[in-house]
Amino acid sequence: MVGKAVMVFSEDRELELQLLGIGRELAGKIDAELAALALGSGIVGAEEFVEYGADRLIVVDDPGLSEFSVEPYRAAVLVAARVVEPEILLLGATRRGKELAARVAAALDTGCMTECIELDVDDRGRLTAKRLIYGGSTIATEASSRKPHMATVPARAFEKPEPSSRTGEIVFLDVEVPAPRVEVVERREKTRGDIGLEDAQVIVSAGRGFRGREDLRLLEELAEVLGAKMGCTRPVAADLGWMEAWIGISGHKVAPRLYVACGISGTIQHAAGIRDAQLIVSINSQEGANIHELSDYSIVGDLYTVVPALTRALRERLR
Amino acid sequence: MDPSTRRPRTEGVKRRISDVDKRALEAAIRLKEEHGGEVATLSMGGERTRTAMLEALAMGADAAYIVNDEALAGVDSLATSKVLMAALGEVGGYDLVLCGEMTLDSLSAQVGPRLAELLDLPQVTYAKHLELVDGRLRAVRELEDVDEVVEVGLPSVVSVVREINEPRIPSLMNIMRAKRKPVEEWDAATLGLSTEEIRAGSSVEVLEVVAPLVERKRIIIEAETVEEAAEKLAEAILSEGVLEV
Repeated sequence: MVGKAVMVFSEDRELELQLLGIGRELAGKIDAELAALALGSGIVGAEEFVEYGADRLIVVDDPGLSEFSVEPYRAAVLVAARVVEPEILLLGATRRGKELAARVAAALDTGCMTECIELDVDDRGRLTAKRLIYGGSTIATEASSRKPHMATVPARAFEKPEPSSRTGEIVFLDVEVPAPRVEVVERREKTRGDIGLEDAQVIVSAGRGFRGREDLRLLEELAEVLGAKMGCTRPVAADLGWMEAWIGISGHKVAPRLYVACGISGTIQHAAGIRDAQLIVSINSQEGANIHELSDYSIVGDLYTVVPALTRALRERLR
Repeated sequence: MDPSTRRPRTEGVKRRISDVDKRALEAAIRLKEEHGGEVATLSMGGERTRTAMLEALAMGADAAYIVNDEALAGVDSLATSKVLMAALGEVGGYDLVLCGEMTLDSLSAQVGPRLAELLDLPQVTYAKHLELVDGRLRAVRELEDVDEVVEVGLPSVVSVVREINEPRIPSLMNIMRAKRKPVEEWDAATLGLSTEEIRAGSSVEVLEVVAPLVERKRIIIEAETVEEAAEKLAEAILSEGVLEV
């Protein structure tokens, strides 16, 4: 490697494209080239990384990388890091990606800043980051002084760049991919409705204000009018078992354009899961409920009458 | 939070075992109850950590080890994992290292995987179910899109998520007994570590911690009737342009 480089990777291709956006920005600041990593087996379409800004595409295509497993992927990233010698290494902050990042960081004897929502380079050449901590209630500003600087970045923190027809170098690497010591005996797809909350544009959500499981039909009717996915708070899913998945710090973090909270008190754990929503609307009978503080618009009222009335009012206007 | 500075107030906060760490401990105690063995806790911290470890011993841990060295305060997960590795060597033999996946504060879910890397052990993250079958661990891992059922031999490193169990509340009798259980404290020198080296090897520095300003409109819709309120809310939602019509 002659010049400096910023290298990016996520096993989630859409997220890796977003990493190319912030990667390009950082590369510009330190006068470095941008390298993208494509790992897998029978990889197709990876040349799009060049269209989205990579100067160099490192490809490791090996049967041992067909499914994500941390030990083989770690080995491939480390070989690529030895070839590219990046100043900055950005990985996607999916669950798999965070585990991979911690392993790679330990192997490279460097630090790693987790789930960064802003990244910059300061005048001392350090990578600086803003991260959400304490369940999203607080922003920490951190600086990394050891190279390679590493950071993980969650989905949607940065925009993916506009693709253009440009050229880049494609390098195929042979890596001796180790067999994972952890054996996967079964993969259970999550039930429908459990996935997709992260990408949902509109979400209507239930809290303990609902007195019985059958009353969720009120929410279903509202969801139907809005074309929304249904979500709920942790107690509704984990304690009552009315739904599979919940929204909050220990569950799904969502970023819809519209979030309608019905009968939700607004705990800090729940707030952390919805903070990226563009518009938050709530219905809660308690005047002092914290959810009103977290909302753009709210109605202090009984969800059993307000939700059906809102469903009617929206149906009228959206017809 | 201190409203004037938007900084969290942590002084005077009673140091407890974090919720997810407590669940990792509970998982360890349950394995011990079923299969025998011993459970030891290992942590870094000062005076208040000692109080927290009494709770761990009351829950059922057999011994507690604390790395207590003021010079190590505020080091990053890179340095922390090196200290913990040295301490693990001092604890002696182990079959399983159990960690909480992450704590809700500034820790960043790195210590488990870093230990696995440094110890060159297989590692299972995001475990929400754990059992020992014929000397092998079987775990269910909670990922975003799938649950993975995995098997791994021992020794290994496992980090658990909140869903794994409900930790027990120790009885008064066990709290009393806990006071007689061994608690060993080490500083960096005991572990053969140089605090200067550890500090110099710490990469990530926290520059500032502030609460973000919540930029919500916080408009409470007032109306005479439920219908009127609902109409107003529907109008507000539409005027924000968040629905594709």
